[in-house]
Order: sequence, then structure tokens, then C-alpha cells
Amino acid sequence: MQKNPYLPLPVKLVKNFTETEDKLIHTFTFQYLSQEDEKSFPYMPGQFAELCVFGKGEAPFGIASSPTEPGFLKFSVAKVGVVSTALHLMEEGTICGVRGPLGNYYPVDQLKGKNVVIIGGGFAFTTLRSLITYMLEPKHRGDFGKITCIYGARNPGLLLYKEELDDWDKRDDINLVCTIDRPVDGWNKRVGFVPAVTKEVAPSSENSVAIICGPPVMIKFTMPELEALGFRPEQIIMSLENRMKCGIGMCGRCNVGNKYVCKDGPVFTKAELNLLPNEY
Amino acid sequence: MIIAKNELPGLLDKLAAEYELFAPVKEGNYALFKQIKSGAEACFEYLNSKVPPKGVLFPQSEKLFSYQTTGEGTKMEEHIDSRKKLVFGIRPCDAKSLVLLDNVFNNDKYTDPYYMTRRENTLLVGMGCNDPASTCFCTSVGSGPFDSAGLDLLLTDTGDAYLVEAISEKGKALAAQMGLKAAAEDQKAAAAKAQEAARVNCRVNVEGLKARLDANFYDAIWERFHEKCLGCAACTYSCPTCHCFDIVDEAVDCDGCRVRNWDSCMFPLFTLHGSGHNPRTSGKERMRQRVMHKFKYFVDNFSAMACVGCGRCIKNCPVNLDIREIIADIQGEGRSDK
Repeated sequence: MQKNPYLPLPVKLVKNFTETEDKLIHTFTFQYLSQEDEKSFPYMPGQFAELCVFGKGEAPFGIASSPTEPGFLKFSVAKVGVVSTALHLMEEGTICGVRGPLGNYYPVDQLKGKNVVIIGGGFAFTTLRSLITYMLEPKHRGDFGKITCIYGARNPGLLLYKEELDDWDKRDDINLVCTIDRPVDGWNKRVGFVPAVTKEVAPSSENSVAIICGPPVMIKFTMPELEALGFRPEQIIMSLENRMKCGIGMCGRCNVGNKYVCKDGPVFTKAELNLLPNEY
Repeated sequence: MIIAKNELPGLLDKLAAEYELFAPVKEGNYALFKQIKSGAEACFEYLNSKVPPKGVLFPQSEKLFSYQTTGEGTKMEEHIDSRKKLVFGIRPCDAKSLVLLDNVFNNDKYTDPYYMTRRENTLLVGMGCNDPASTCFCTSVGSGPFDSAGLDLLLTDTGDAYLVEAISEKGKALAAQMGLKAAAEDQKAAAAKAQEAARVNCRVNVEGLKARLDANFYDAIWERFHEKCLGCAACTYSCPTCHCFDIVDEAVDCDGCRVRNWDSCMFPLFTLHGSGHNPRTSGKERMRQRVMHKFKYFVDNFSAMACVGCGRCIKNCPVNLDIREIIADIQGEGRSDK
């Protein structure tokens, strides 16, 4: 029988970093306790894991680090419930657990040779960061065409991974477009909602795939813009979230129609989602 | 083979010495499957147990592992139960439900070691139903009062004895171990007669049901079914095929354990996101989920309905919601006036 999928892998919290100015999102960096542990956790961008705080419980989060960054795992977590609050208060050096990697991942093999348009909003940028970091890795960069990234937040303080955004901004192998909802002093970049900015940037749909993650309202209004640009449902990839417990397709709560987000997702094309009921 | 009824308690005593033996036990007005130490505790004069014996393999509450956090790290100890078990007197519908649950706990990607280890170490001795209840509709959902699916042995009550049929290899070995006598021709004839006489009077038309559910997710029909539902989850807790569960930590200081408990899609918290968003906001969505899961999603995924027709959800519902009427309604069979 395969290993027990309910047992977490112990990992050490080495950094508890306040990611956003409202302090509601922290980024947690965990280190494996041994090289064997690291080998037992081979993951890809887009997968998630159950993060476990012993004594409090576990909750699912997208993996924000990339497999091209060995030695650690990173998660950005909003403070909303019992487990996430315990994490936010946690001292560096504490032993936690991760269970996974779980779910499917962004289809990097199918993205090869294509232009990739990444659209993110708010703090749903974690697995997108993983994907971008993966694609920008020198040994992978040549596999992909043009990379465009549109990333919006309400204000500059709510953008995740600010230092990395600055680095990407300086590179010429990724076109990064950051936007905020309303003008703010000291912000000299773009202002506007993600759907409007998508229309302005107008990434070509030819030989392209769009990957979109964000709040439902952003997705709802960005979708027509992508369609107007000629993106077909097969060319649009989304990552779903639902309440989860087991992460392995047994506990019964995260299904959308006959698919479990945990086991069959979380990554689906719009074409696949069009076949499922709108219950997510 | 044959077991005389007066020999049964002694036989169960012997089995109890070797296996964790589960059998129906009278509890007030109903029967429940419980572990017994002696054959005298068992009672076979009942129609079906209040709650299905799925809990033998998938307990209502079980410790997955315990842990202890120390300065150096965390020690974990998993609690996988590999003790030999025997369920004596399980009804064919409940045995069939385990065959269905195997699909869930041993799915295309993962194996649940808790359920599957118990499953591999559990023998199922079935008791056919000479006199099915008025709420039984097993014959409508691909089963029947003497269905042998999932069983190792099947018993048929012939009045003063049980005729025993070996269904699986494990069952043959068990029968040999119990030293059962061969049945006489008249005993075989009596069993055949009892099987033939057993009538499941209730018919539910499920033909074409899946095709209708494929197309009716957004239909107004779903506005109605949940109206009197209290969301108490008695239907799902007493359902032999329901498998939803929750996972929680129970801990004091540094010692704790991770526990899983039965949960239900009929509860609003079941799907509530941390953000406050809930994909299934009202009873309407939750009732639709329950029906869709049993008669469409499960069929899509495993080519079988997640219903064995045991009728417990009908018997146990405090407001008399009846899955047979819901199905008839979906099938457009004119019961919508109710």
C-alpha cells in the first residue's frame, strides 16, 4: 500500500514574513528536516498542500514557491480562521506539518512553445508566482514564448512579493503590468481594474494560453475581455478553491459537479469548467 | 451448508474468540451492529439495523494518528486497525454499499489506509431478507434481498435453520473453519422457497434518471424538495453509502491527535469558505448535491448509483422527506401534487 496520505511531513518554519501592509497576509517559509523529506515532496506549480499546525488542525493552501527553488516551501496565507490565525502568530523555529503535494498543476508541458498570459488579482497570486518563477528559470525560459503578467491589487501595499515584482519589472523576458484600483501618491504605474487593463494591454490570443486567478468578480469581468481578444475556452486556465479536508477525493465537500477540486483540480480549463455546474 | 438456529450462539462464541465479531444487538426498539463477546448477545429478529454497519470499517469517529510535540520535533503515531473482524448478519444492501465505498476509499489516485486495511481484514456474513420492509427498494437500484455482492457467506433463514452459501474463497475457508454440515435437499428447497417468496413491494423507477439529472441542474424543480428539510443530516448519517467526513485536531498542550468524524453535505458549514463565500448557500443547493451525488456524480465516476435502497433515509427523516418521491418527481411521474 502507498504511504499514508493523511500523515503530514514535519517541516520547520524559518520565516514568518508580513507580506501586505494591512498585515492580513503573511508569507511562511518552511524548511525540510532532511534531504529525504525533500525528495518525498516533489511538486509542480499550481499544486497545493495541507498546512498543519499541530494542536489546531490543517488547511489547504497553494504552494507559492517553485520546484526550481530547492530547500524550502513557501505559502502566503490570509488570516481568516483557526489554522491561519495560529500560523500568523507562530514563532520562527516551530515545527509544523505539510501534507501533499496535492492536486494537479498548471500544464507546463502544454504551455511549451506558447505565449503565456498570466492574470492575477489580490492575493490569489501565490501559485502564479510559483509558475512565473518556474518559467523564468534559465533552463526553462526557452521553452516558452512571450510571458505577459497582469497583476492587480486594491492598492500598492496589497501587492504580494514586491521585491520580486521589481526584479521582474527590470527584466526583458517578462512583460509585467502591475495595476492598482485607484490612484495613490507615489504610484507612477498603471491604475485601473484588471479587466480594463487586460483590454488595454490586449495580449494576443494567437498561440497563447491565459491563466487567470483572482476574486470571482475579477474573473467574471475579465473573461469577456479575454473572449474579445479571441481566447477560446480551451486557451483559458483557472485554478479553483473550495473548502477541503482530506485533499484526496474522499471527504466529499469540494466537488463541483462530478469533479473534486482537490483530486481532479484545482487547475481546470474554462472548457472543462463549462461542462460543470456553476457551483464554486 | 446449514446452521441450525440452536447451534448459532455456540458458533458465534467460537467466532468471537478469533475475530472482533459484530452482530445485530437489540437496543430499545431497534437493532444496531455492535461488537459482541458471546453469541447470546446477538439478535436476528429484526428487519434492518437503525444505522448501517459501515461504521465497522469507517467509524463515526476515529483517531487517524496521535502526536506529541517536543523541543526536538514532533513524534507521530498512526492508528491503523488491522485486527481481524467479522460482521455476522449484515444485510445484502449494506454489504453492497461497502462495494460502492471501495471506489471512494481506493480511488484512481489515493488509497485510504484506515478503511482499506479494515476492509481487507473483515469477513462479511450476510443475512438475506425473507421479509423486506415497506421502505425497502433494493430491487429498484440493482440489488435485492438475497444479493450476494460483497459477501463472503450468505445465509437464508429457513425457519429452524440457516442455509449457508459460500460466495467468496474467503467465505469457503470460513465455512470450512466453522465445520458446517452439508445441507439436506429439503433444507435447500426450503431456502429456495424462502428466497422466492421474499417480496420487495416498492418500485422506484430509475430508468433514465441519470439522463434527466444530466440536464436539470438549473431547473426550478430543485426549489421545492428542500422546503421542509430541517438540515438535520439524519438521512446522510444513516445512509450506508454516505462517506463524507471532517478532520479535526484534538489536543491538550503538546499531546494531540487528528480525528476524523462523519460529516454531512446537508450542513451549511460543510462547504463554507474562510472568506465567507459558500458555494452551496441554501437547503436547495444542499439537497440538490445529495441527490446529484447519489444518482449522477457517483454514476459518472463509478458507473453505479450510490444508493442501495435500504430505506433508512426515509425511515429516519423527521419530516417524512422520501427519496422515492423525489426521484418520482424528477422523473415527472406526477407526484408533485404532494
